[in-house]
Amino acid sequence: MTTLAKTGVRDTDLTAAELHAALERVWEPPSGFIGWFKNVFHKPISTRFIFAALGFFALGGVLALLMRLQLAMPENTLLSPDLYNQLFTVHGSTMMFLFAVPVMQAVGLYFVPLMVGTRNLAFPRLNTFGFFVYIIGGVLLWVALFLNIGPDTGWFSYVPLSGPEYSPGKRVDVWAQMITFTELSSLVAAVEIIVTVFKLRAPGMSLNRIPIFVWAQLVTSFMVIFAMPAVMLASAFLAMDRLVDTHFFNPAEGGDALLWQHLFWFFGHPEVYIIFIPATGIVSMLVQTFSRRPIVGYTAIVLSLIATAILGFGLWVHHMFATGLPQLGESFFTAASMLIAIPSGIQIFCWIATLWTGRLLVRTPLLFVAGFIFIFVLGGLTGVMQASVPIDLQVHDTFFVVAHFHYVLIGGAVFPLIGGLYYWFPKMTGRMMSESLGRVNFWIFFIGFNLTFFPMHQLGLAGMPRRVYTYLPQTGWGPLNFVSTIGAFVLSVAVIVFLLNAFVSYRTGALAGENPWGADSLDWSVPSPAPSYNFLYIPTVNSRTPLWTMEPAQPVVTGMRADILEVLVTELHDATPDHRHLLDGPSIWPFLTAVAFGIGVITAIFTAWGVTIGAVLCFITLAGWFWPAGQPIEDTAREAAPPLGERA
Amino acid sequence: MNLLERLQSLTERFAQSALETAGPQAERIAALWWLFFWVCTIIFVLVVAALVFALYRGRARSVEESSGPAVTLDSGREAGIHRKIFGLIVLTAIILFAFLLATEMTGRSLASLTSSGGVTIELTGYRWWWRARYLDPAPERIVVTANEIHIPVGKPVLINLYSRDVIHSLWVPELHGKRDLIPGHPNALWIQADRPGRYDGQCAEFCGQQHAHMRLIVIADPPDRFDAWLDAQRVTAQAPGDDTAKRGMEVFLTGSCALCHAIQGTDANGQVAPDLTHIASRATLAAGTLPNTPGHLAGWIVDPQHVKPGAAMPPNSLSAEDLQALLAYLKGLR
Amino acid sequence: MKVLTCLMLVLALAGCTRERRKPTDVAPSSARPEGSPESALQPGPTGTPPSAEPSAVALPAEGMPHAPYEQSAWAVSEGKRLYQWYNCVGCHANGGGGMGPPLMDDKWIYGSDPIKVHQSIVDGRPNGMPAFGGKIPDSQIWQLVAYVRSMSGLLPKDVRQTRSDHMSVRPSEQAMRPAKPKNEAGTPPSAERPG
Repeated sequence: MTTLAKTGVRDTDLTAAELHAALERVWEPPSGFIGWFKNVFHKPISTRFIFAALGFFALGGVLALLMRLQLAMPENTLLSPDLYNQLFTVHGSTMMFLFAVPVMQAVGLYFVPLMVGTRNLAFPRLNTFGFFVYIIGGVLLWVALFLNIGPDTGWFSYVPLSGPEYSPGKRVDVWAQMITFTELSSLVAAVEIIVTVFKLRAPGMSLNRIPIFVWAQLVTSFMVIFAMPAVMLASAFLAMDRLVDTHFFNPAEGGDALLWQHLFWFFGHPEVYIIFIPATGIVSMLVQTFSRRPIVGYTAIVLSLIATAILGFGLWVHHMFATGLPQLGESFFTAASMLIAIPSGIQIFCWIATLWTGRLLVRTPLLFVAGFIFIFVLGGLTGVMQASVPIDLQVHDTFFVVAHFHYVLIGGAVFPLIGGLYYWFPKMTGRMMSESLGRVNFWIFFIGFNLTFFPMHQLGLAGMPRRVYTYLPQTGWGPLNFVSTIGAFVLSVAVIVFLLNAFVSYRTGALAGENPWGADSLDWSVPSPAPSYNFLYIPTVNSRTPLWTMEPAQPVVTGMRADILEVLVTELHDATPDHRHLLDGPSIWPFLTAVAFGIGVITAIFTAWGVTIGAVLCFITLAGWFWPAGQPIEDTAREAAPPLGERA
Repeated sequence: MNLLERLQSLTERFAQSALETAGPQAERIAALWWLFFWVCTIIFVLVVAALVFALYRGRARSVEESSGPAVTLDSGREAGIHRKIFGLIVLTAIILFAFLLATEMTGRSLASLTSSGGVTIELTGYRWWWRARYLDPAPERIVVTANEIHIPVGKPVLINLYSRDVIHSLWVPELHGKRDLIPGHPNALWIQADRPGRYDGQCAEFCGQQHAHMRLIVIADPPDRFDAWLDAQRVTAQAPGDDTAKRGMEVFLTGSCALCHAIQGTDANGQVAPDLTHIASRATLAAGTLPNTPGHLAGWIVDPQHVKPGAAMPPNSLSAEDLQALLAYLKGLR
Repeated sequence: MKVLTCLMLVLALAGCTRERRKPTDVAPSSARPEGSPESALQPGPTGTPPSAEPSAVALPAEGMPHAPYEQSAWAVSEGKRLYQWYNCVGCHANGGGGMGPPLMDDKWIYGSDPIKVHQSIVDGRPNGMPAFGGKIPDSQIWQLVAYVRSMSGLLPKDVRQTRSDHMSVRPSEQAMRPAKPKNEAGTPPSAERPG
């Protein structure tokens, strides 16, 4: 590396083929078993993230099937209450903490650099650290479940039930530590996305030209930074109450049981939007591409995303209407909860208007968009109903709410995600997914979903509370629950069809080419699958839909070093070139730091010494991570921006 | 409409429904619900119709070759679209404001359904049953019972809510919405039943292993019958009538029962489990889980862990004669 | 890989027993475990103090009747609940003692061995300790034994109860001496007190 640095090969010195070879060499992921742990490049790491998240989705789905089997008939004895409680807790925690948020961030970590026209994320090693932290946290939860130490107090873990008095043993400790741990991974990803979007955009991509998906990721990342600390604080308080006898949540000693609910929902409600906003970003991209026209109301959509993010922090109390708050406070939160329907409404109207005035290319991703709008509007309207305090007092904590949030989370996030995966599969693998299997997949998914969750609205109104492991026959809830269970199995068939389609298409799908959908964003300007270095030359952008308005002689950035891991840093607002920046390369230290941190967190479940052990180990590994490596490459440091030039 | 009728017929079969109201509170909430339901249904139908039409129209104009944009933008037309969207958003805001207004009005009318000098019940949640105390200025007139409360028809009843362990939530859908029972946060709820009958409720906040079987029965009686019931509950337990029952009482007092349960008028004074002074007058056992028949009672006494795994009541290995005697005694506790 | 699988299995077994929420058995409560002497009473100074004591914090051997209870945090917490419910607090307070001897210190009149503690609960002891044998199931007695022993630090730390959701009743940590069971050679306090 150092010898190469002295030679200082620039892209202007090379032909396109030579440049390709040079960049391949520099950006090639480290090989071998150890190399797997040293990888710091965004595409392989995000692919692992997506695989892991989908794996957790499948595992969580299996738990859901078991629970649906248990509830298929009144007084069923398939699962004991103890096991059922562990299953629904792990199902909820997995889907929220290990699937929904990470998978959305993973798609962002994969496509944000491609969409803004850069070669890697801003902090490549941090990305690797985040991935291993996430994996260790997820494995901790699932190993605990198989060891009968699965947490059993719900994904919301209300105190005092989850406190030391009513949850003896290590079950809730595992949960609390897992939360603190995996949310760190979310924070890390958020920081990377923010810095990448702010500082690594291609020249010309001013703030008002950023693709909406990237905007959505940016807004979400800010939400993560404000929301996750609340739950990490709460789970740390809970762990301290349980392990070292503090009294944060003990009313008898000046603590408060409601403090937990406030802290948890201050995170918990924004969490829903953290999952949903990236999904709307995907929808906006898909709508634009498949309507063959720029999206209607770009500015309005971006402003709605920001408004959703801000309002999302002002309505956590609507999860707590039944706790008996003063009426004036309840009115405020009712108003805020209803207000958030407006930005969502703006987006839906813009999408429908775009489809209305577009010339559609009807493909599987577009079907998922249509399914998304259908389901999300229904879920959104039941959400408006629950914003009303009197109605919420009836439906709160019933199956009506279960139906509602599966409509907004599966409909609002999983449908766009699957649509997005159909859309980006060619870019990730170089092959198209089967269109006919895709349509079968969509219809089974759509029908199975509604069959599973629509009856739950009625069950909730008929008095069925959430989180019950069984129910009495005379309640009359049996038939609808049976229908719902059948729906759950149909739904799982759809997931299997999707996996099958992905597997078959990966091997035998039609070759995709650069831009199979005729899309407009920079990710579609590179070969499929995208090369390790993303862009041969850093591109420039002249509109919101760069590929649709590209001039024949659209300039590119030249003068970048081809022999080191260099990216172009641009100004925050207008993305004018600022300087070239050397990124960190592969390293084992992020992995070791994640392991050290993991050892500390897991040991702390059993003894407070875990904190000390973890701190010492982390100090050692962080020292290794930040140890100054050789002499700085002066050539790169703060040099004037390279000129824009012609493609070689 | 056929579908709606079928839905309604489904509704009528449910034992506890938020839409089959029996009191003014639940009635007003249900009225608000139907307002929201119909407005939202219309919005949903319109949005989906617009979506389907947009897809149909866009597909009719579709271009199959997949390269680049296929629509030339006309700035006047785009401005027209923007104006329409703005109009729709204003309409949305107006509907939401109407919803907010309706919510506030319902909230106020719910808050006004109170009275003074009515029946006050102190309801305490335990894992997994309910203790009810009918308060009275004279201590000897206080009535203690469990898992079943009686209220007079047509009168607002104040229920003070406490929890001694974890968070529970009182929910009798036919009478009112939920109210949480939170340790350290006393809560209250006014309920009223307008017609006599039995209304089933259930704990609605997850409270551990037997959350599913923490039910509560509310029985609304005409005022005279309610007063008679309350008077009957005030007297201490009936003395055992025959020898078998006497033997049963002995089993109760010397065995494990009296460690947890109380029977007023005897030495049994356990305070950690339901008061059994008038157990025979109640409709259900084990917090609404089993009907109160001798067979179920015997099964419950011998092996409660089979009915409610994890419940606090331990199994009892009684001899057949002791069990029969105990049942005879408990049957007499009207 | 094989090692990993074996490790997982071992962990699974350990986890399963340690976290199992086992509902109460139907076992008759008067059953006395093997090895517990029939001559239950060891009153006052004339009684022979039990000799060999188990080491302070040791996992009971598998197969002993108390083993599953003393390894389970859930059983200990059930014992704590029963300790309140069966009014042990009436005499022993929250471990600090009152009418009855304290349970959270290192003095054991009749021995700290689980079988001895079990025996004290089943058969009662002179000067006020009632007999619970025949009244409550044996499994509950073992849960009580586990909890009583946990109060003086005789159980591993990871199964002991941490704080309660009540006012703190324990003396501050600084005021507590390290717990190591010992048997008073002298007169047990209960023998001195007027019955």
